[in-house]
Amino acid sequence: MSKPLKQIHLAAHFPGVNNTTVWSDPEAGSHIEFSSFAHFARTAERAKFDFLFLAEGLRLREQGGKIYDLDVVGRPDTFTVLAALAAVTEHLGLTGTINSTFNEPYEVARQFASLDHLSGGRSAWNVVTSWDAFTGENFRRGGFLPQEERYSRAKEFLATAGELFDSWRGDEILADQADGTFLRDAKAGSFVHSGRHFDIEGQFDVPRSPQGRPVIFQAGDSDEGREFAASSADAIFSRYATLQDGQAFYTDVKNRLAAYGRRHDQLLILPAATFVLGDTDAEAEELAKEVRRQQVSGATAIKHLEFVWNRDLSSYDPDGSLPDVDPDVGEDHIARGRAQVRMYRDPLATAREWRELAAANNWSIRDLIIETGNRQSFIGSPATVAKTINDFVQADASDGFILVPHITPGGLDGFADKVVPLLQEQGVFRTEYEGPTLRDHLGLAHPDDARDERVAS
Amino acid sequence: MSTTPSSPLHLAVALDGTGWHPASWRDPVARPRDLFTAGYWADLVAEAERGLLDFVTFEDGLGLQSTHRLQPDGRTDQVRGRLDAVLLAARIAPLTRHIGLVPTTVVTHTEPFHISKAIATLDYVSTGRAGLRVRVTARPNEAAHFGRRTIPRLDDYESPAAREVLTGLFDEAADYVEVVRRLWDSWEDDAEIRDTATGRFIDRDKLHYIDFEGRHFNVKGPSITPRPPQGQPLVSALAHRTVAYRLVARQADIGYVTPHDPGEAHSIVAEIRAEQEAAGRAGRPLHIFGDLVVFLDDDPAAATARRERLDALAGYPYAGDARVFTGTPAQLADLLQELRSAGLSGFRLRPAVLGHDLPAITRELVPELQRRGVFRRAYEADTLRGLLGLARPANRYAATATA
Repeated sequence: MSKPLKQIHLAAHFPGVNNTTVWSDPEAGSHIEFSSFAHFARTAERAKFDFLFLAEGLRLREQGGKIYDLDVVGRPDTFTVLAALAAVTEHLGLTGTINSTFNEPYEVARQFASLDHLSGGRSAWNVVTSWDAFTGENFRRGGFLPQEERYSRAKEFLATAGELFDSWRGDEILADQADGTFLRDAKAGSFVHSGRHFDIEGQFDVPRSPQGRPVIFQAGDSDEGREFAASSADAIFSRYATLQDGQAFYTDVKNRLAAYGRRHDQLLILPAATFVLGDTDAEAEELAKEVRRQQVSGATAIKHLEFVWNRDLSSYDPDGSLPDVDPDVGEDHIARGRAQVRMYRDPLATAREWRELAAANNWSIRDLIIETGNRQSFIGSPATVAKTINDFVQADASDGFILVPHITPGGLDGFADKVVPLLQEQGVFRTEYEGPTLRDHLGLAHPDDARDERVAS
Repeated sequence: MSTTPSSPLHLAVALDGTGWHPASWRDPVARPRDLFTAGYWADLVAEAERGLLDFVTFEDGLGLQSTHRLQPDGRTDQVRGRLDAVLLAARIAPLTRHIGLVPTTVVTHTEPFHISKAIATLDYVSTGRAGLRVRVTARPNEAAHFGRRTIPRLDDYESPAAREVLTGLFDEAADYVEVVRRLWDSWEDDAEIRDTATGRFIDRDKLHYIDFEGRHFNVKGPSITPRPPQGQPLVSALAHRTVAYRLVARQADIGYVTPHDPGEAHSIVAEIRAEQEAAGRAGRPLHIFGDLVVFLDDDPAAATARRERLDALAGYPYAGDARVFTGTPAQLADLLQELRSAGLSGFRLRPAVLGHDLPAITRELVPELQRRGVFRRAYEADTLRGLLGLARPANRYAATATA
């Protein structure tokens, strides 16, 4: 007997400052004007996606001491654009990345609670951490954290925000005009939190929002990051959009839930995934190659090689062979404000491996960066892409995907028009939203119900 | 000697809860159960836009509202709880087309980097209608919500110790606004070049580190958000005494003041202008708006009766920082013209009961002012700066580069 088909969760990420975005394409629009975000959000909602996702940046990237200028630079403020998007959508979840290092729980909690009210229960928070002094230079608290403290602060930040969200039960506002009682309870919103990172008390001033708490997302692939997600998140973003890696990650993270008294369905695994659609698989393959070459120009290839070599390689020819010199393994990194440089923990080993790869395949620098970079996750005709996505989800490589088109704001349109109907025909994706809140879309319990459930069990 | 008859009078409305009278929520027209919905605020701002008002402000704070200046009051008979004003303004922006949106931000506990990009983004989502009202807080309980600093308890605002604390907070606010403004200018307008030949998305020579170093904090820059449509969104502040007048004179585009008669208006304006001169900003355009709480009815006795009824419900006679006007729209128009001739360029009206007094402003006061030829009959500009007769400022860094 076959098990029932899993329902797929789909979301859309408005890409910005990575080289995913092909800004040079004639169809590429503004990445700042609200009309772009509105278009993107409306497409996602037309396609019945679960949510839209925005990343965050708090310092412009630099390489070699200069602002990095080859990718899109600049983006709007996350909360502000999500609140505005709440006005032009009705169901779409609104997920924002907000850093737990350069913010304070009281302020972030009131922003998310406000967004939840203003969107009728559609807010979600992607909790990220940062610790670096480079970003800290933009903030009055200036300083930064020892790296080992970042999850400690993030955990306490999230727990504290949770205490603030829960400081209102939801029934305090009577607003009884006849007898003059506005608040049932003068102590509504009272909280005391005393901990290593936060020592705060008082009264939270935003009443309980439709979702009680925003949905919590987390990204981060380290062991600590996975534990953090297993303990506290409703969904986790991952980088693993291939079948085997996805399955391994999925199994690992889901298996960590039990230790926190949580069920498998209480944490969704949602990898980011790029895609290229064509009328036929062959056409899509051709197009995908072209997109990769647009994403990795010669100049971009040299800059990416510098991530590993950690030195100025501007004199090298991107169409030539890899440098003979070894990477510089000094403390300071040539690229700043960029998370992915941490992927190369052993640059000497990476350099050796890349030289071997390039030699074996006769690759130039640019070929190498194209071939080793993140490839498109799904390439093919709409039917192929729909089938692949469904196969991945049914095989427990994920619970769905966060799609990252390479063109904004129109890059999602084709997926919405051509792939989503096929998934709907197969009965694995909604044709209508089941409820008004993001928790409804994601199949997550309201935190109050979860609390009741724990109490009852 | 007085303002020329053709110079326009500017009108804004301050939105807070169900209105400025503490018992306003009990008025039958109030919608206290809708306070935390977007629809409630959208309706209010639509009404203000119908009345061609220059802008609305949204109150905010980092703690529950209180009748005490410096501590919570534990009351349950008044509106308590609020939504974040910047998010609220952003939520309304796509639903409106002309009216300016000016949220309040408490600068004592927030980050200028965050608020700079937030207001820049509000300017994008409203296509050039964003402003900001900066607010200082000396409330110890609000400081305890953040736990990063303590603020000494002030027993009054006039003792030397209190003055020192307040001067410190307002100096910090001035630095905060300076950082926000520099960040708005940290991208030149034409920094995005999309040069496919060289593969460069921006011309990084047109992005600038602001390198602000002050007594309270340092900020590096540049902003992550490109220069907003208005270049510099409007900065405003409410001011009741010299230390705040100085902030207005040094850093604001609009100051809200609370004169109770034309003589007081005249002296406040003179003080702010003197502070402007002392700061070397004498020629800079600076609007000074008078704040008034208003009860408006066709019959003055009805307005008085309404006020008395609400006072009785509140349990005390309401008297805030600003003059409370009670009367007809025509009487208010007389008063506004009189105050304007004392040097004010506009007014921020605080409706006593939003559901009643806001429509009275838009549907009765505004037509009265139009009949007198002192208020616009249609929106004449697409941006808030445009509505207020302010040019789009040059970018300070671009100016330096070409000098």
